[in-house]
Parts: sequence; structure tokens; C-alpha cells
Amino acid sequence: MKDCYLGVDIGSISTKGVIIDDNNNIITQAYIWTEGNPTKAVKNLLNILKQNLPDNYQIKGIGTTGSARKLIGLMLKASVVKNEITAHAIGTLTFYPNVRTILEIGGQDSKIILIKNGIITNYAMNTLCAAGTGSFLSSQAKRLGIDVKEFGDYALKSQNPVKIAARCTVFAESDLVHKAQVGYPKEDIIAGLCKSVVLNYLNNVGKGKKIVGPIIFQGGVSKNKGVVKYFKEILKEDIIVDKNSHLMGAIGIAILAKKHKTGKTYSLEMKNLKFQTKAFECHHCPNSCELLKIYRNNVLVDSWGSKCGKY
Amino acid sequence: MTKIAFPQMGDYYIPATYLLSHIFPNDQIIQAPKITSKTIEIGTKYSPEFVCTPFKYTLGTMLECLEKGAEILIQMGGGCRYGYYAELQEKIIQDLGYNCKVINLVTKGETNIKRINKLLKQINPKYSKIKNIYYSFITIKMVKYMDIIDDYIRENIGFEQIEGSFENLKQAMLTEFNQTKNYRHLYKTYKKYLKKFSKLKTHKPDKRLKIGIIGELYTIMEPFSNYYLEKSLAKHHIEIKRFTNVHYLLFEKAKEYKKYQKYAKEYFHYSLGADASDNIARCKYLCESDYDGIIHIKSSFCTPEIGAMPIINKIANEYNKPVLFFSFDSATSQTGIETRLEAFYDMLEMRKDK
Repeated sequence: MKDCYLGVDIGSISTKGVIIDDNNNIITQAYIWTEGNPTKAVKNLLNILKQNLPDNYQIKGIGTTGSARKLIGLMLKASVVKNEITAHAIGTLTFYPNVRTILEIGGQDSKIILIKNGIITNYAMNTLCAAGTGSFLSSQAKRLGIDVKEFGDYALKSQNPVKIAARCTVFAESDLVHKAQVGYPKEDIIAGLCKSVVLNYLNNVGKGKKIVGPIIFQGGVSKNKGVVKYFKEILKEDIIVDKNSHLMGAIGIAILAKKHKTGKTYSLEMKNLKFQTKAFECHHCPNSCELLKIYRNNVLVDSWGSKCGKY
Repeated sequence: MTKIAFPQMGDYYIPATYLLSHIFPNDQIIQAPKITSKTIEIGTKYSPEFVCTPFKYTLGTMLECLEKGAEILIQMGGGCRYGYYAELQEKIIQDLGYNCKVINLVTKGETNIKRINKLLKQINPKYSKIKNIYYSFITIKMVKYMDIIDDYIRENIGFEQIEGSFENLKQAMLTEFNQTKNYRHLYKTYKKYLKKFSKLKTHKPDKRLKIGIIGELYTIMEPFSNYYLEKSLAKHHIEIKRFTNVHYLLFEKAKEYKKYQKYAKEYFHYSLGADASDNIARCKYLCESDYDGIIHIKSSFCTPEIGAMPIINKIANEYNKPVLFFSFDSATSQTGIETRLEAFYDMLEMRKDK
């Protein structure tokens, strides 16, 4: 039996899973939509992974990252639960030890990680607002009636992208509607959107950060050729997009799981698992904490959200 | 009999209640309820939208005190917009239909004893100056001792062996401080607890992480408004250094400012208002000493600190130290804070290991 490690990255929009072996080679991978239900998405994900996993492998470690890392960590009894910034950096550093800057744009958030001599020296993450992230692009794609996967190809066709005020998602949308109604061609509007994502990212997340090459661009949006093109144009540097750029967080957390071996063997069988969450509001004090109780096979395993520690 | 109340901030309600109840023995002191989500909710409801968060918190506690029957509210001013809070809050409270007076003891960031005496006489004409001087002395000492003990706790709580031992001992100390009889009694209690604290078992590794916290004063001192930042750092076994406390603001700030200005003269010439210039100098100090990282916290829309942030960023870049900026609002998400803190902590560990 050979050892392997599972890394799961549960983002707001998509859920990613990889299984790696001892030499960090990807044995199998999966990429599905979260659709607002992380537990169901992870169950589906594990089914896909299990079908593609050769029989002579056994799982020796599980790591979870992404915005639902805590919940799924409990569900899978993961050995490592880590934030996505660390996971992305570890994953990227394994394949590109010389990287200096990681640009990451995901579904709900965008980050920048600065690296020197293989150590994270600084990072930043967008605050509050989703302008310039994947979910903004996909909602605009829907409005224009295009599949978000074709977005990049449309953008590349344009010769002169329109200017779109992308400081805020709401303003960007009204500006976009206006430009469309005035009669600008679709390609130019899409190219403008891609460009605005880049500008917004550099003005917000990248503010005050020195971006030096080699630069790696990852996260779901890195699959958009238009955004990559404008990053290259504006930063005047080459941008590396790995073919597994969307999986980098999952790979990173799998590597971390490999480093923190517990000696246990894990199973991917989730068919009989009953995993439930119950939400309620505590009225014991004026704090009115919103509490979440988590049950694994009808046994209470954890509860979150309490400010005073009563639960 | 008048009912007197004051806004809540950290544990400082204990010395404040002590002082007021001794100089106004015939009046009733109403203790503001602990800050909860409801406080900030009602505070936000009646505040201007773009005012900084401490205004919302203090207005919230004031309204909660008024619900309990307060007739006179005491507020302190500061060196920024905080200096005008009392007047605006009084107006808001009166517009809401409460019959209440707000007394601002400190204006323009200055403490004028004569003015304070005049104002206190308005609360109760029988008020005695001598008594005030005597009890103020004890209260000031109490604040000083609390701040010293707090500094000790911050350095050690992350390494406690029995969970909650520091927190429990501190509560016991505060209860005893509350029953102080005279200065000698206070001093004895303080010495007793200092000994007890130093006897608490800790496990401090040599390779521990040290973080300095700088930023806007209210957010730094009221744990509810910074989402219990110090507590979560302590859980990660980190030694914490914090400069701002009430004793510093009242007695050391004026003196320290000149030192700070000289120390960080390449970064600022003129005061940036409130604690912003102090924080720039502290940032330089933290960068030059063996601290691993700096966390800068402020409430949203805090103008002096917004001015200080680019300078702090520049200093940190020059010294190659990481800084994490937090801006707390009434609607900040707890998860977002946790993710950033966790990543910050991971990053510091990675840097330390190499």
C-alpha cells in the first residue's frame, strides 16, 4: 500500500480537492461548484476522488482550507485546518521556489502574497467588498448572456476596452449597463471589465506593495485570459499561470497534511455519515449571539459563535 | 439625589465608580451594563453614519445608562474628534427626549483642574474640593497599578499553564480594588497581587513570538470593540506589548510626546493629532527591538490614524517587519479577522523558523 494525502479547498464558489503522493505528484483531482452547500459539495467531491483513486493507495492525512475549512475540517476529522493564505503560499512555493509575488483572485476574495527567499514577508487581503473578484465577473457574465468560461476569449478579441468605474460592484454594474445601452460592442465591454478587475486589484489589495517578478497568478480568475493579459500589460512583467493554478490552495493544504502526519488512516466513505448543523439564537444576554451547533452522526461535536463561552 | 453615569471602557469602570461614589456620597452612581451587541446596535442607530466607532459605542452605553435612569452623564474629550463628542452626544440624547446633562471633563485634550472643579460643583453643590483631591490621588494610583498588572498579564497570559488562571486572579484583584479603604490598603492589595501574579506558573519558551499592538486608543482599550484581539493572540501563545492605557493618556502623554518627536524626527515634524504621532514613534521602536510583528488597529473613519498608516507602512518596509492593519467597524465579520490573524501568525512562525 502506498501513502497519499487529501487536500480540500472549499471556496465560496467552487470546491477543489486533490490527492497527492509522497513526492507531491497529483494522483487525482476534482473541481466542482459549491452552490452554497459546502457539506453536500464535499460529499460529491469525495465520491469523484474515490472513483479515480487507484486501489493500492491509502489516505494518511487530510487537510482543509478555504472559507468553509472549519466546518469541513470537523466533518472529515481533518488533521490540518489552515487559512487559505498559508495554503496558497505553501503550494506555490513547492512548485516555484523562486516566486516573489503571488496574485490570487478567487470567488469572494482576492489576496496578494509577497515572498522573499522562500518565506512570506507580507500579505494583504481585500476587505468588505467583492468588487473585482470572481463572483463579480460571473454575475456580469450572466447579465451579458455569456458563459464565464468564454469571458477571456471575448476579451482578447477587443482592440479598445471601454473604461468601467470598478471601484464598487454596484457602480460598476450601472456603468456597464450604461455602456451597453449606448451601443458599445460586447467584446469591448468585456475587455473593459477584465481591465477594471486588474486596476481595482492593484489599487486596493496591491496598494503600497512592491510587486516584483517572478509573479504567479492563481485562483479561479487566473483561468480568465483577459485578466492575465491586462495584468501583463499594466505590471509590465511576465505573469506565470500554472495549469493547476485553481488547485494551488488544495495542493498546499495536502502538503501541510503530509507534514503533520498523525499515523491514522482515513476513509473517503461518506455515504453513511450524517452531518448536520443547527442554528439558533441565544437570548441569555443582550449579545444575542447567533450560534451554530454541529452534529456528526447525531453527536454534538462543536458549537460556534458564542461570545461568552457558555456553549 | 442625582443619578450619575459614564460610558464604559475596559475595566476602568472600577476606579471611575470608586472615585465618583466617594466624592458624591449622597448621589447614586449607575454602572453602565457591559458592552454587548445591543449596545453597538442602538449606538449605531442614533449616530451619524460616518462618525468613528468609539462614538457609537459610547453613545450606546449612554443610552443604556439613561434606560437605567441616569440624569447626569460624564464624558471625556480627546485630542481628535473625540473632543467634540460630549456636545454632539448631548444634543442627540436631548433630541431623543431624555432630560439629561452631559458633562465633558476634558476638552481640547487638556485637563484643567479649575474647570473640572467648576463642573463637578454643578453636579452637587456640596461637593468638596479636598475630598476630590484625596480620592483622585487614590484613583490615579489604582489606575496605575491596574495598568502595571495588565502589562504583566499581557506578557505572560499566552504561556499560562492552567487555563484561565490569569483571568481569574485579575477578577479577584479588581473585586478587592473595588473595596479599597485608603491608600495604604490599596498599596498592600497591589503588592499582594503582584506577588500572586509572579507566582502563577507559566511556560515561556525562548523562541516565542512577540507582537506589539499600536493604534487608536478606544479600540485598543475596549476589548469588545477590537473583537477580543488580545485574547486570540494569547491563545496562539504570543507575547503582547501595548503602550496605550489610561495612565499613559492622562499623565505621560504630554511628557512622552517630545521624546517621541525627537526619536522619530525623520518620519514626522508636526503632531498628527490624537495618538497618531505616538504610534509612529512606537512603530519605529518595535521595529528596532526584537518584536516579530506589529498589529495596528483603529476604528473605521479614525482620521489621525489614517494619516499615520502610510508612514507606519514606510517604517515597516525600511526595517522589513510585517504590519497587519485592522479597521474595526460595527459590521466587521469575525471570520475575516480570524483568517487574517491566523495567516499573520503563520507568517511570523515561518519567518522565525528560517
